[in-house]
Amino acid sequence: MASNILDFEKPIAELENKIREMRKYEDNLDIKEEISSLEEKVVKLKQNIYENLTRWQRVQLARHPERPYTLDYIYMMTKNFIELHGDRQYRDDKAIVGGFASIDEYKVMIIGQQKGRDTKSNIYRNFGMANPEGYRKALRLMKLAEKFNKPVITLIDTPGAYPGLEAEQNGQAEAIARNLLEMSRLKVPIIVVIIGEGASGGALGIAVGDRILMLENTWYSVISPESCSSILWRSWEYKEQAAEALKLTAVDLLEQKIIDKIIPEPLGGAHKDHNKMAETLRNELKSELAALIKIKPEKLIQNRLEKFGKMGVYTE
Amino acid sequence: MSWFKRSKQNISPESQKRSMPDGQWIKCQECDEIIHNKQLEINLWVCLKCNFHFRIGADEYISFLMDDGSFKEYDKKMKSGDPLEFVDTKKYSERTSSTIKKTGLNDAVKTGIGKLNGKKVSAAFMDFRFIGGSMGSVVGEKIARAIDRAFENKIPLIIISQSGGARMMEAAYSLMQMAKTSSRLARLADAKIPYISVLTDPTTGGTTASYAMLGDVILAEPKALIGFAGPRVIKETIGKDLPPGFQRSEFLLEHGFVDCVVQRKELKNNLSALIDFMM
Ligand SMILES: [Zn+2]
Repeated sequence: MASNILDFEKPIAELENKIREMRKYEDNLDIKEEISSLEEKVVKLKQNIYENLTRWQRVQLARHPERPYTLDYIYMMTKNFIELHGDRQYRDDKAIVGGFASIDEYKVMIIGQQKGRDTKSNIYRNFGMANPEGYRKALRLMKLAEKFNKPVITLIDTPGAYPGLEAEQNGQAEAIARNLLEMSRLKVPIIVVIIGEGASGGALGIAVGDRILMLENTWYSVISPESCSSILWRSWEYKEQAAEALKLTAVDLLEQKIIDKIIPEPLGGAHKDHNKMAETLRNELKSELAALIKIKPEKLIQNRLEKFGKMGVYTE
Repeated sequence: MSWFKRSKQNISPESQKRSMPDGQWIKCQECDEIIHNKQLEINLWVCLKCNFHFRIGADEYISFLMDDGSFKEYDKKMKSGDPLEFVDTKKYSERTSSTIKKTGLNDAVKTGIGKLNGKKVSAAFMDFRFIGGSMGSVVGEKIARAIDRAFENKIPLIIISQSGGARMMEAAYSLMQMAKTSSRLARLADAKIPYISVLTDPTTGGTTASYAMLGDVILAEPKALIGFAGPRVIKETIGKDLPPGFQRSEFLLEHGFVDCVVQRKELKNNLSALIDFMM
C-alpha cells in the first residue's frame, strides 16, 4: 500500500500514522489533547496541500491507483446493472464497459472506459485503452438507448485510444470519428463525466454530450503531459511544464468554457472515500437528468451543435 | 543533362536540392530523378519517372482542382488567438507569427467556394507547411464554416486533408474542434448534401479521427500516410517494426477504410464524376 502514496500525500500519511499510533495509548497516557491538536493540524495540512496542487500533481491524483473506476461507480451509484457486450462485428473490447442501469427512478445506458487495479486486470482491460471495437460497442449501446428513449451517461477514464497495429488496421480513426458524428445527433440526452484521465481522441470518442462534468482531480486534454513533453521538448523530462502549458485541470477547462461544471471530491481525492464520491456524483447526475429529459430531441441536438460550435479562440 | 552529371559527385544530395541553378531543378525523394520545376508543375508535382506524389500545399491544389479564377477564399484573415499563452521551447505566439511570415499562410487551411468542372463546391485545402497542418481553433472554425456554406448553399463539400493532427499548443480547444467539425458534418449528412474527403500525405491524429474519415466517399492519393496514431508511437507500443506499406493509402483501401486510391492527375475528374452521381 505504501507505494500507492504520492509524494505530496506523504506528510499527511505520516501525521495520520502518528495519530493512529498515539490512539493505542490514549487510555493509559494523558495524550487526548495532543491527539486532537494533531488532528487539527492534519486538516489544515490537507487543506493547504490540496488547495495548492500543481497541475502535474492533479494529473497524478487523476491516475491514483486507488481511485474509483467506471465499474466501481456503476456498482455504487446504480441498481440492476445489466452489462452488455460486443460490437456485433468483431469482438468484445474489455477497455470499454456499458449496459442498462437504474439511478433511482431513472433508467439509463451507462458506458465508460475501464482500467484495471493490478497488472493482471490491467492487461485484461488493456489499461483502459480502447480499440475500434470498443468505440463501436459504445456506439451500438448508445443507439440502443436512443431506440428505447433512455438517456446516456458516459464515464471517461483513459490514457488514450490504443495505438496498436490491429487498432489501426481496423480503423481506430474511423471508429472515433463515427462516434463524434453520431453522438452529436443522438436523440436522447448524453451526460459526460470525466472521472479520471481524459486523454485525446480516445476520451472524446465517447465524450460528445449535452453536459460535460469533471471531477475535481481529473484532467482532460488533447495529449498527455508525457507525450506532449516528448514531442515538443523532445524529452520525457518536461512533463510538469507540459502539464502547466496544457492547462488541463477541471478549473482550467471550466475557465475555457469546455466543461459545464466541476464536481467536488472528498478532501484528499476520490480515492479517500469511494462511497462519498459516488454519492456526490449520483446526486449530480440525478439533477442533470431531471433537467435534460424535459428538453425535446430537436432542441437537444441543436443545443449540442451550438455548444461545440462555440469552442475555440481565434481573431478575424 | 550531361553538364549536370559532371558536377554530381562533388555535391551532397542535400545541397543539390538547394543549389540547382535558380532553384529550377528538384530531386525526387523516392527515385532520385532530377526534374525541372516547370515540368513537375505541368505533371501536377508527380515524379515523371516513378509516380511519386510530391507533397504540395493548398495553393497548388486550388490551382488544378478549381476552375481558373473561380475560387473565392473566405475567412482569409482568421488567426489563432493563443488562448492558453502556450510556451514550450518557444512561445506559441512566436511560432505562429514566424510561420505566417515564412509561409504566407495565416493558418493550416484555406477555405472558400469555387467551381469544379463548372460545378459550384464548398472546398477546404489543408496545408502541412503551417505547423504540420495541425488543427487548432482556426482550422476547426474554418472547416465548420466551409461545411455550413455547403449546407446553406446546398452545394457539395470537398475537404483536402493534410495534417499531423490536433494542435497541441491549443490543448483542449484543439480537441474540441474534432467534435465541432463532426457535429456540423452530421447536420450536412442529414440534409443529404454530399461530402467527399480527400486524404493526402500525411493525414493523421485528430484530423483523421474526425472530418477526414467522415466523407460519403473517401479518396486518397497514392502512398499517403493515413492513420490515427503515428508510426513511431505504434512501433514503440508494440516493440516491433511495422510491416511495409502499413498505414499507407493502399493499406487502408485493402482494409476497407478508403474508397479509391486516385492519381493526382485524375483527382479533379474523379471528384466531378462523383458529384454528378450524388447531386
Ligand atoms: Zn521519382
